Amino acid sequence: MQATSSVREILVTGGKTVRDVSEDISRQVEAKPSRLWWTAFGISLILLLFGVYCLATVLWEGIGVWGLNKTVGWAWDITNFVWWVGIGHAGTLISAILLLFRQKWRMSINRAAEAMTIFAVICAATFPLVHMGRLWLGLYWVLPLPNTWGSLWANFNSPLLWDVFAITTYFTVSLVFWYMGLIPDFAVIRDRAVRMGNKTRAAVYNALSFGWDGGAKTWMRYESVALILAGLSTPLVLSVHTIVSFDFATSVVPGWHTTIFPPYFVAGAIFSGFAMVLTLLIVTRKVFKLEDYITIYHIELMNIVIIITGSIVGIAYITEFFVAWYGMVPAEFYAFYNRATGPYWWAYWSMMTCNVISPQLFWFKKLRTNIAATFILSIVVNIGMWFERFVIIVTSIHRDYLPSSWSMFYPTMYDVGEYILTFGFFFTAFFLFAKFFPVINMAEVKSIIKSTSEKKH
Amino acid sequence: MSNTNKKYWKGLPQLKNDPEYVKHADKEFVDLGVQEDNGHSRRDFLKMMGFSVAAASLAACEAPIRKAIPYINKPLDADPGIPNYYASTYLNGGDYCSIVVKVRDGRPIKVEGNNLSKVTLGGTSAQVEASVLSLYDNYRLRGPRIAEKASDWETVDKEIIAKLNEIAGKGGQIRIVSNTVLSPSTKAAIDKFKAKYSTTRHIQYDAVSNYGILKANQESFGTAMIPSYDFSQAKVIVSIGADFLGTWLSPIEFSKQFATNRQLTEEHREMSRLYSFESNLSLTGANADYRSMIKPSQEGLVVAQLYNILSGNGESSIDGIAHLEKAAAELKSNQGKALVVCGSNDKSVQIVVNAINNLLGSYGTTILPGTPVNFRQGNDEEMAALVADAQGGKVDGIIFYNCNPVYDHPKGADLEKSLKSVALTISTSSTPDETASAVAYMTPDHHYLESWNDAEPKANSFSLSQPAITPLFKTRQAQESFLVWAGEANTDYFEFVREYWRNRFYSPASGMDFQTFWDKCLYDGVLDLANAPASYTFSGNVEAALASIASTAKASNSGLELVIYESCGLGNGSQANNPLLQELPDPITKATWDHYITISLKDATELGIENDAEGRTQLVNLTANGKTISVAALVQPGQAPGTVGVAVGYGRTKVGRVGENIGANAYPLVSVGETLNYSITSGVTVEKTNESFQIAQTQIHQTYMGRHSVIQESVLSEYQKDPLAGREFPKITDWDKKVDPGALSLWKGHEYKNHYWGMAIDLNTCTGCGACVVACNVENNVALVGKQEVINRREMHWLRIDRYYSSDADVEDYKGMEQASENPEVVFQPMLCQHCNNAPCETVCPVAATTHSTEGLNQMTYNRCIGTRYCANNCPYKVRRFNWFKYHDNQQFYTSNPAMNTDLGRMVLNPDVTVRSRGVMEKCSFCVQRIQVGKLNAKKERRTLQDGEVVTACQAACTTGAIVFGDMNNPESRISKLLKIESDPERPYSIDKKIGNPRAYRVLEEIGVKPNIFYLTKIRNKDKAKENA
Repeated sequence: MQATSSVREILVTGGKTVRDVSEDISRQVEAKPSRLWWTAFGISLILLLFGVYCLATVLWEGIGVWGLNKTVGWAWDITNFVWWVGIGHAGTLISAILLLFRQKWRMSINRAAEAMTIFAVICAATFPLVHMGRLWLGLYWVLPLPNTWGSLWANFNSPLLWDVFAITTYFTVSLVFWYMGLIPDFAVIRDRAVRMGNKTRAAVYNALSFGWDGGAKTWMRYESVALILAGLSTPLVLSVHTIVSFDFATSVVPGWHTTIFPPYFVAGAIFSGFAMVLTLLIVTRKVFKLEDYITIYHIELMNIVIIITGSIVGIAYITEFFVAWYGMVPAEFYAFYNRATGPYWWAYWSMMTCNVISPQLFWFKKLRTNIAATFILSIVVNIGMWFERFVIIVTSIHRDYLPSSWSMFYPTMYDVGEYILTFGFFFTAFFLFAKFFPVINMAEVKSIIKSTSEKKH
Repeated sequence: MSNTNKKYWKGLPQLKNDPEYVKHADKEFVDLGVQEDNGHSRRDFLKMMGFSVAAASLAACEAPIRKAIPYINKPLDADPGIPNYYASTYLNGGDYCSIVVKVRDGRPIKVEGNNLSKVTLGGTSAQVEASVLSLYDNYRLRGPRIAEKASDWETVDKEIIAKLNEIAGKGGQIRIVSNTVLSPSTKAAIDKFKAKYSTTRHIQYDAVSNYGILKANQESFGTAMIPSYDFSQAKVIVSIGADFLGTWLSPIEFSKQFATNRQLTEEHREMSRLYSFESNLSLTGANADYRSMIKPSQEGLVVAQLYNILSGNGESSIDGIAHLEKAAAELKSNQGKALVVCGSNDKSVQIVVNAINNLLGSYGTTILPGTPVNFRQGNDEEMAALVADAQGGKVDGIIFYNCNPVYDHPKGADLEKSLKSVALTISTSSTPDETASAVAYMTPDHHYLESWNDAEPKANSFSLSQPAITPLFKTRQAQESFLVWAGEANTDYFEFVREYWRNRFYSPASGMDFQTFWDKCLYDGVLDLANAPASYTFSGNVEAALASIASTAKASNSGLELVIYESCGLGNGSQANNPLLQELPDPITKATWDHYITISLKDATELGIENDAEGRTQLVNLTANGKTISVAALVQPGQAPGTVGVAVGYGRTKVGRVGENIGANAYPLVSVGETLNYSITSGVTVEKTNESFQIAQTQIHQTYMGRHSVIQESVLSEYQKDPLAGREFPKITDWDKKVDPGALSLWKGHEYKNHYWGMAIDLNTCTGCGACVVACNVENNVALVGKQEVINRREMHWLRIDRYYSSDADVEDYKGMEQASENPEVVFQPMLCQHCNNAPCETVCPVAATTHSTEGLNQMTYNRCIGTRYCANNCPYKVRRFNWFKYHDNQQFYTSNPAMNTDLGRMVLNPDVTVRSRGVMEKCSFCVQRIQVGKLNAKKERRTLQDGEVVTACQAACTTGAIVFGDMNNPESRISKLLKIESDPERPYSIDKKIGNPRAYRVLEEIGVKPNIFYLTKIRNKDKAKENA
């Protein structure tokens, strides 16, 4: 008896040769930027400058220019922080876990996803920094540096300190992993530049590629390091958002103090991360004409991850409510009652609609293979995930234990401005990346294209 | 020989006898001339630049010079850093408080009650606590002024004396107008003035008048006096519109007396019962066991009906007033232990009240006419006559002695106009207020903390006032001005007071020399003489009074009625420029910085006024007495439908930047009759405008949502059966059973080997007055943030008083529970840092800026704080306050926070407490600076710290003694005894002590944070508990 496995879908379409890959992907690095690129980059830069103005005002005047108050000590700042960290999860998941699981479809998207991770983590890190009343001291007092204050040191009990370690570790590993992958591709661009006689570019990319020689030994080392880094990153995918969730889970605030948070946050992070990767890649493949590398099949696979993680998140929401009811802790019960029916009901129901209901549409193959639908839903998911963090943070503390202190939170221009700052930074950085770095991992993609003998004629 | 002598030349020129050389041969050093003179060398440049850079950087590094001038000859008792305490007296209009002033480095920085006083009994009020900041008010006059122009005392005196003589010469009329004068020496000084200018008359009036009581007593007893009341002797108290805990007559004294019968112990399960019949929800109504809402037009009828029932005359004036029959029956069965008080300023009503008290045998027991008080002696008729005389040109000279009738008299506007035609007008007010701005001569008086004075608040109770600081400005004590103008030889008022006391009180028979006697009086601040018993017989004409009531009162009135009241914080408005009082939340409405009418939900709905939880509302035009003012409308539970309330004290136009133009002046709405009438029962309209307004409230949620872990309350009948009544014992779930929340912990628990500080707060005796809040602000340099920041919910108060209303909804109905009852039960809960033993704030701080002390304190290290606000989020009690902005040295907060933004204001800051910078968290420290002082003193004297040596600012301010602070490791301390603490002999220093007092509970016990503050349950003296939350 013979078992026949179905023929796998081709990951790169259009019958590309190895040379085509180098051509297609190096093209935008070597060519002059298009008008579209300039427009998009310009808009991002304007957003960034507006954000810098808002940031400067916060630093000059004090946190009071935000809408926070005695009851709601965190709102947009930490919401945005958690949101960006969540987005930053997809990159590592794609490059590390999927590498370990030998999911070859990841090869076309991991570069951009990792870049997104790096930028998202930088965006995320701005919030814990800026939200401090005295940033200039906090910058180094939270680090366990040797000092002359005797026993006065960082407080290792504090989840915020764990955050510092989690985020810096994650950032460092992601950055190294990403850069490692870029090295052979930089070498390709260098080699092409040498051929084209562009000496400046050759010098720059030679430096960036650390003089990569493409020898068999080098490749062997390269692949072992990639595997080691993947191994290191894998637990980080789970740990970073787990630790971020500890900020809330270890507190006494009803609505925060929930043991379900670590898995729920991790699922949510992957959910939002994949959505963001989709948003970016749909635009990138269009702008740089990479439809053959990032195919509908890729999009469909990512949409499946979104259904799974979205459903996990939905179950987590329902579980929270069940436990609030089953646990019979009055303050906790009220916290959840208030989420759904209190003054912030609209935020809660926005979250439910965007995160739980809308991803279910991807059960329809027509929708999950439709570019426009995927693009819209990927944005909807990230709106929903922003609301999720807002709901958790603000609706829990705005009405906690003592009704005398219950209050409302209203954002100001500067709350919004700080968020815009990170968008400005994120897209500015992403556009620079897309212009100067190969957005698809050429070396890896070359390993999965069908060889010429298999090429359909 | 000469051949052997060697010859040495200096050089070739000498050998050659060069003429150039010969010319200079006699000079030792050859002047080579300036070879190069091209201005400055590179070296010079470098030197100059080096010097300039060094000088500039040195100059830049140097701190700006602050004025700190050491003593050349240090006074004996002034040690830098060590405070001195002086007994003195707070006098403001007719308000009185015997105080102790804390003086640090020559500056008064805190006022506390004087325990030796038999009148105020060591209590204070918010206004007394705040008055220390008024001393440093930038708006105070720096010296005398003539027609708004700065002048000097010599010129002023010369001109005034000339004018006085001119008036006296032609027999013109002179008037001295003042509020009630409590000081006998001042009266003597005024008498000297009157003796010199014989046409002078002294007219006293009060911004909020009690002339009706004076008149009623004149008719009832033949003497126009206000008796002393003793609420501590009363088992049943009926208050008809008298806010005796908040503003009526002598609230500090009454609160203290009232509280003595509200303390409950297992051994003594008795308390007084308070009935309140009123229109506005007052502080007294909020503390009442039974409160009924009546309209002001019914007030007289309620009094009459009470009389009818008690006298059994078979008549009936009004029906259907809740609890009235019950109150009457209880009054009757508690004769001699009953007291009826009424806030009405109507003579007839007060006569009937006297008759009721006479029937109840209150005179001699709960009312002491033998020791009349001297508060509120103002005479409305004389004051009205003065305004008429001034208008009619019958007065030639008016001296306003520390009063402001242009603002605070209903006829103020008329008076202001007529002053222009009065030949001589003088004001001694220390600020250019409304009246002072309308007169020709401003002769500013000292602030009371700069003055010598005395006072006689009650018959035979005296007190002295002594300056705690050299006068800040070129002001002069008003009494001295009177003496100067009277042409007295000796015008030193200190000497004058001393002589007065020597003549009146000193008897050589006591064996003391006068100096000793004087020093003792000054040290104590008070002097009490034996009371001569006096008997009074009631002889009022009740029938006539009842008839008069019947003719004016209405049992049912369809029109809107207005009650004009004095707010607890701001009072009559004389301290309106004091931001401590402006930012003090009203005990009931929790509103700050704002003026509003209180209106019932029913009326507001009818008028279309929408007042949401966040204080957003509309302005309304309130018309009464023919005058219209525009103020915001605040929906107030407990406001009798068909009535609105409005406070006086707002709408000051000339008061300084803090208090200017907040709200509208309500005094003109007061109707002027025989007596001033604060209840307007006809012609009142409220018209809604479309102008929106937001009232800044510190609490925007009104009910406690049925959370019994926050408020535990019961009624006396239940408590008598079981002292655990109202207590809730939350349990948490272990894997196999339910256990106490304290039983499960990740932490080992602390052991405090030395002191273990704790606090107990009795919800029964806390009246919610707010004196503690102001005391805490002053003691701890708490920033005041202004209206907008209060709207942003960022007030900085370390100690707040949570006020919860009851709700009629079922405990399951969360939405319903947000709505307060129409006539709610009220509970006040002072809330401050609970100093948790398992503090949630401590674990989450990433830099260990908030830590636990070895004495049970939760400490905040400001300079370590980086401002993540995580601690505040994780604080279940929400008592942590963040410095959102730089509140000091910041012009943005100049208006609201002068104490940190003006050179003058900064003098009030407590040097023992850091002024917090922007971006750090702060909170109650249990007055750790006071704990340190106590411990250091004990250490210096090589003894253990005694209980009562360390008193927190809030505890010191609390008139009713609701706050008890102390060492819980000391079995002899008051707190140990109150809470009946039993230490485990195995672990004597453990935090898990057994609390024996059945009323003691910790707020939010179920979360296991183990606070060091215990609350004693609220027990209302009701027959039956209210059913709902």
